[in-house]
Amino acid sequence: MELTKQEEGILNGDQGEVLERQMRLLVRLGEIYNADKMIPVGSVQVAGVSYKSVGDPGLEFLEDIASNGGKVRVLTYLNPAGMDMKDWKEIGFPQDFAEKQIRIMNAFGAMGINTTATCTPYLAGNLPRFREHIAWAESSAVSFANSVIGARTNREGGPSALAAALLGVTPNYGLHLNENRKATLRINVNTELKTSSDFGALGYWAGKQAKNGIPFFKGIPNANTDELKFLGAAMAASGAVALYYVDELTPEADAQEVGGLETFDFGDKEKKETYDTLNTGQKPDIAILGCPHASIREIAQVTSLVEGKRLGKPLWICTSRTMKQLADNLGYTKKIEKAGGKIVADTCMVVSPIERMGYKKTGVNSGKAANYLPSFCKQEVIFKDVEKLVEECLV
Amino acid sequence: MKGRMISPGKAEGEAIVSKEPIGFYGGIDAKTGTVIEKDHPLEGQNVKGKILVFPNGKGSTVGSYVIYGLKKNGVAPRAIVNKETETIVATGVILAGIPCVDQIEIDEIKTGDKLIVDADNGEVNHA
Repeated sequence: MELTKQEEGILNGDQGEVLERQMRLLVRLGEIYNADKMIPVGSVQVAGVSYKSVGDPGLEFLEDIASNGGKVRVLTYLNPAGMDMKDWKEIGFPQDFAEKQIRIMNAFGAMGINTTATCTPYLAGNLPRFREHIAWAESSAVSFANSVIGARTNREGGPSALAAALLGVTPNYGLHLNENRKATLRINVNTELKTSSDFGALGYWAGKQAKNGIPFFKGIPNANTDELKFLGAAMAASGAVALYYVDELTPEADAQEVGGLETFDFGDKEKKETYDTLNTGQKPDIAILGCPHASIREIAQVTSLVEGKRLGKPLWICTSRTMKQLADNLGYTKKIEKAGGKIVADTCMVVSPIERMGYKKTGVNSGKAANYLPSFCKQEVIFKDVEKLVEECLV
Repeated sequence: MKGRMISPGKAEGEAIVSKEPIGFYGGIDAKTGTVIEKDHPLEGQNVKGKILVFPNGKGSTVGSYVIYGLKKNGVAPRAIVNKETETIVATGVILAGIPCVDQIEIDEIKTGDKLIVDADNGEVNHA
């Protein structure tokens, strides 16, 4: 790998042991993946934030970097934490968990990281441009940045993203190179996609077919950014899809050659089978929306569904602190809380310890959440559209 | 045996060999260095002060932090030797500063063998 003089110097310890090891990590990963050089990144999103995910070893590692003076060089955001950093006590997150989570966030803050913890950084002030090189870690954010925005990022691990933030560079390989961004399979959609959960179901099914490939979708006449977010998130969970194209809708889709690609069909039958697979339970104890984190449009929709009504079961909408504050300003939070619901910021159901909070059956509208909740949180899943889920929770 | 340096340093010690991959998160206790994965060939054994030899890592990426934790808690192996180091183990050994060499024919190493690991030169030899 060709390094600049300055990068060589860091590798030789000119700027201390913390950066030496961080640079060694990026150089070694670059060599494993045949990178030719380092490239500057415009922004970073670090994963491995929830105490539930990283545990004591991660906490100690982050505190060591912070106490040794590690500082980030580019705009850096975080993946969701394990709890709402403001209202954790009231919502019922365990005290021992909270203490560790607060230490993790303090360590990130000391490094100069913007501790906005969200899987939708692009909705919360960290918006890359088309073809900008970035180093993001959370799988749905990576998919959105690559596919909907047309930025360039690999799916980083927690430590490699942090190293990119501390050094401002990432090794040039994988999805940073145009030749690795070509569609590798084609999916014909022959059924109507009406709701976000329909897009999640398609994503779950497509991820299974695509594995770590790059799908090209045909037959989706229209989709907004929320729907594309649900599609990408589910594909990145059931498979390892970090980039997809939708004919006519997403950047560089028109430059893809799809003639000779292996083709799969998603019709009414596949859609129904996917719903059947993802539904492992009935009658939720709790419904949780916002996986990935809800946009203001989704929060507005829920507000209109519950306004003036009474919820008999807990309903959470997970979102970024940024969207929560916007919802506060617009009066949505009050209306949702008045009905008995809750906007939960900074966290999500997948990385929070909901199984320790007495919940066994969770209703979701997200293909990604439906994929992870049975294993990560030992939940039975009810996978439905938002309107039907809210209806189930109303008295 | 000549391989590739993953993380620099030199170490000498007794080999502990697993033919199966190791997942560090949930697989090894970072406080004690004991292998805790159910039905793993090394279950119940301790990696502290050994030359840990296995084909490759597996499982959660949090495993990198567990390797770091082993070192910090003074229960890490002296060196790691792999057939093919993937990113979880590479990340862990580099951040922890544990010497590591890969691209080694690990079938030629048995538990109890005395090894000299010269990671700087990518070499692993019997003492």
